[in-house]
Amino acid sequence: MQQELRIISKQKIARDTVEMVLENKSISQVTVPGQFLHIHVQGHMLRRPISIANVDASNYTVTIIFKILGEGTRKLSTYDVGNKIDVLGPNGNGFPLDNTTQASTLLVGGGIGVPPLYYLAKKLTEQGTVVTTILGFQSKEHIFYEEKFRELGNTIVVTNDGSYGEKGFVTNVPDEVLPTIDRYYSCGPLPMLKAVKERWITVPGYLSLEERMGCGIGACFACAVPTDDRGGYKKICQDGPVFTAEEVYLG
Amino acid sequence: MNIAVELPGLALKNPIMPASGCFGFGREYSKFYDLHVLGAVIMKAATLQARFGNPTPRVAETSAGMLNAIGLQNPGVEKIIKTEVPFLASFSVPVIANIAGSTIEEYRQVAKAFEQTNQVAALELNISCPNVKEGGIQFGTHPQMAQKVTEAVKEATNLPVYVKLSPNVSDIVEMAKAVEKAGADGLSMINTLTGMQIHLASRKPVIANRTGGLSGPAIKPIAIRMIYEVKQHVSIPIIGMGGVMQAEDVLEFLLAGASAVAVGTANFQNPYVCKEIIEQLPYTLKQYGFNSVKEAIGKGIV
Repeated sequence: MQQELRIISKQKIARDTVEMVLENKSISQVTVPGQFLHIHVQGHMLRRPISIANVDASNYTVTIIFKILGEGTRKLSTYDVGNKIDVLGPNGNGFPLDNTTQASTLLVGGGIGVPPLYYLAKKLTEQGTVVTTILGFQSKEHIFYEEKFRELGNTIVVTNDGSYGEKGFVTNVPDEVLPTIDRYYSCGPLPMLKAVKERWITVPGYLSLEERMGCGIGACFACAVPTDDRGGYKKICQDGPVFTAEEVYLG
Repeated sequence: MNIAVELPGLALKNPIMPASGCFGFGREYSKFYDLHVLGAVIMKAATLQARFGNPTPRVAETSAGMLNAIGLQNPGVEKIIKTEVPFLASFSVPVIANIAGSTIEEYRQVAKAFEQTNQVAALELNISCPNVKEGGIQFGTHPQMAQKVTEAVKEATNLPVYVKLSPNVSDIVEMAKAVEKAGADGLSMINTLTGMQIHLASRKPVIANRTGGLSGPAIKPIAIRMIYEVKQHVSIPIIGMGGVMQAEDVLEFLLAGASAVAVGTANFQNPYVCKEIIEQLPYTLKQYGFNSVKEAIGKGIV
């Protein structure tokens, strides 16, 4: 579960956003959409949880996309092709891929919550599920993977500042432009997930949560999320990061 | 090379144990290696009732360390005894139960509950958690209070009691002497130092609890200094901890006066760290001219 992955490509794909393709035989064979790698960055005490954006099992690669938000991700972004990175993973449960291929499925991603939805969209469309995707970014320069999502289904991009697509949040997209939704999958910042949960309250949905983590394997209780207001909880790293919308209490 | 060490109630095949709160109840780490290799395991703190803990974020990275304010989240002593203790005991490794409470009575009850199982070898009295208002720190910063709770727990149970000291005091030696006088069988030191980190963009403390406990290599010199000072004034053994990352650190703690060493934060970075340190320790001891762990204890005191 602790492994070294060789970086085989590195690319800046949007403002402060880096895509790395990593080579590893076992992780590339077992990863399901929504799982993450817990990455050790040299000189840093705590590992960084970074979601897996894509997997190519035949070429033994996994792709991660991360945003440079602090010293750890900045340092990771300086790693060169050929370097190896030390990871724990794949960690977490991942999105359930139901066999209900007839379901009309909505994917809602915000910012750095977008990456895990790409591998999910790929897997869903492979099994014949029709997906509609809403992607929200801060502004035009933060947008990535738009074309890749378009290849898999109808994709709507919004930006907070209106510099590309409609101005607003992912939850502002009107019903008229969306099909009838049977289920949704979402990943993004907490306020967005709360709004998504409220907007599609009657639709079964799955939310992928993020949180600052310690061990990343379920031992330290750093990333607990309440399941109600009476003391119930789940661990994001171990029980999640994906939860059904109703099983987590987002405050 | 003999790396075994004897402490009250604890016959340790080696002096290394994961520190409380950094290893849960061992389940997750048992997927990485056989926990039987450990000298002992110190469980996550138990309180009488289940506790959810603090809001998140609960952790933040610092230079050479981390802040945490988990808030003693645990399922409560009964559940721990029912599900977690038997699991750990199945590895034939001494289990140390860390106990916390908001009243002396709670400490007594939790201690008694653990004594009723025959699978707990010793208690670690947590009077130093900095992250819960009524979670023990009020007992850990006043010598008379520390003495009182130690006496009460000693009176309630026959299990050996190791009192975990807080470094957030002006005179650590006074605290150590007070709990020794109260009948503590050993000391465990140090817990985390209270700290804070402010997020520039949001202009707010990163940790939702605002303050958190600082751990990791950043606090090792403080731990070494405190153990060095305390060792010269008490005759009970010390389980040392604070920023241990490798076998050399273990030797440094032994030299300062610790008889055994707990490894905390390092487990998060490297889940195999305890096992690796245990494997490396004989070579490190030999390299610096020691033929056993016992030989090195307190040898750095000049």
